[in-house]
Amino acid sequence: MIEIDKLSKVFKGSSHDVQAVDQISLQIKKGEIFGVIGYSGAGKSTFIRLINRLEEPTAGTVSIDGQNITTLDKKALRLSRQEIGMIFQHFNLLWSRTVRENIAFPLEIAGLAKNERNERVNQLISLVGLSGKEDAYPSQLSGGQKQRVGIARALANNPKVLLCDEATSALDPETTDSILSLLIDINEKLGLTIILITHEMHVIQKICHNVAVMENGKIVEQGSVLDVFSHPQQPVTKKFVEQVMGKPDQDVSDEPFVQGIESGRVLKLQFVGETTNQALISRVAKQYEVELNIIQGNIKQTQAGAYGALYLHITGEDQVIDQAISFIRSTSVEVEVIDHD
Amino acid sequence: MTKLFPNVNWFALLEATGETFYMTLFALLGTLIIGIVLGLLLYLTTPGGLWENRLINFIIAALVNVFRAIPFIILILLLIPFTNILLGTFRGPNAALPALIVGSAPFYGRLVEIALREVDKGVIEAAKAMGAKTSTIIFKVLLRESIPALVSGLTVTAIAIIGYTAVAGAIGAGGLGDYAYFHGFTRRDFDIVFACTVLIVLIVFIFQFIGDRITNKLDKR
Ligand SMILES: Nc1ncnc2c1ncn2[C@@H]1O[C@H](COP(=O)(O)OP(=O)(O)OP(=O)(O)O)[C@@H](O)[C@H]1O
Ligand SMILES: [Mg+2]
Repeated sequence: MIEIDKLSKVFKGSSHDVQAVDQISLQIKKGEIFGVIGYSGAGKSTFIRLINRLEEPTAGTVSIDGQNITTLDKKALRLSRQEIGMIFQHFNLLWSRTVRENIAFPLEIAGLAKNERNERVNQLISLVGLSGKEDAYPSQLSGGQKQRVGIARALANNPKVLLCDEATSALDPETTDSILSLLIDINEKLGLTIILITHEMHVIQKICHNVAVMENGKIVEQGSVLDVFSHPQQPVTKKFVEQVMGKPDQDVSDEPFVQGIESGRVLKLQFVGETTNQALISRVAKQYEVELNIIQGNIKQTQAGAYGALYLHITGEDQVIDQAISFIRSTSVEVEVIDHD
Repeated sequence: MTKLFPNVNWFALLEATGETFYMTLFALLGTLIIGIVLGLLLYLTTPGGLWENRLINFIIAALVNVFRAIPFIILILLLIPFTNILLGTFRGPNAALPALIVGSAPFYGRLVEIALREVDKGVIEAAKAMGAKTSTIIFKVLLRESIPALVSGLTVTAIAIIGYTAVAGAIGAGGLGDYAYFHGFTRRDFDIVFACTVLIVLIVFIFQFIGDRITNKLDKR
């Protein structure tokens, strides 16, 4: 529903020009949470601001639901901006207005009558979990609460898209999680398309369906979050995946503990987007006469299920172990038997 | 009291105080309106502003700077012909108003510009992203968010205006400056000068007090 075609932005400088966004083309489906990740200066903010034309593109087009945003005149652009919500790293609330008045602001802009505004604001306040804070001023709120006001405000006019520019970067990890859960909740409840940019891979891991990696104004890699996690191609992408998964497997077979194992076998279970085999380990332990010992593991939950690897030490009769392994292989979890001799 | 201030005519002093209040309040009103217009234009036409326009920005900045550079006593004299045409006289409190306003509006205009610059760019951007018209941004974001700074700027300006009314008084505008100069100083009745000084200081304190109260009440940051 969002089509971005060869979008570019050059900032003219006195000494040299900066190509902040370089020929980006993307398609984002309705109802999807699309993440853009990149290091500072990669051009993420410029990119997201081109979508609602807070920054005028130098070349290329953006179209939302078939409407070409890039050619709209001023008035039409204002109207279509009412259908594009945006939230910001520093919340950008009006400090002279209460929570209620801040959320009502986009409704005033859209020209809603006062009683309709009140009704809508009440709905939004309970949607984002701010009941009881209606009459507080932004200065009396915590960062997480301010961002909730920002989200309610962005949703006020029932937008088609929500743009998030580093929406959690000013928040502590716990508050970040609660805001991310709220975004997932909104995405599911309202079927809202969300584009979010971040420099934190765990934000992508937790809530995005698809991701694009940006470097020097270009998109260097994109795909589903699981694909990018399991097969990162570019060095930048590998670094971002390491942020969450740690260094790729140091060879477990070299570990003294594994070397000291005399009986049984060491297995590596690879989970890629598991949603159905969450209770796998306990099923194996119940059904087969084997002892299972978890050596190490690193599993993260993504929007498409669990991702990561788990190392097990399995002991028992050889035959039974073989049966257990073939049982695990019959699920979608991959098994690798690791040598330790 | 009468022993301390043998020459003071209490009725005249009261009348002069009333005139000083009158001049200050009406000059303040004119200054507020013109100053906000000037400040907004300076802010909006600045490079990168909402109505970016180098020419208008240059002209207004030049006007503001010139009028701020002219000492007030000279400004009054310069404006005498103009005041004469406008009001048919250059004496009395009303005749002082044009000079008071022309003298203080550019000063307040600069303060307004500074106040507007203090408004968070992110908030203006958020309003744009919501699809706000420029007029909405001006009235509901820029002016609204900067009200405490606008009020405290107005307080500073009011105190400058009180000083100007005294200067204007010395050339016959009425008010405490007039009373102090013509009835006190020229007749060597320094008790009158002293009484006027006390009252002017009191008026300044009153304005400062009210201004601070309003600013604190409005400031929700
Ligand atoms: N208004 C501007 N004028 C000139 N150059 C700009 C402007 N805005 C951004 N740039 C340049 O464009 C490049 C991309 O900036 P951008 O803010 O989009 O990066 P970012 O990926 O959002 O970084 P961060 O994570 O630090 O927010 C940078 O080199 C920046 O200096
Ligand atoms: Mg940025």
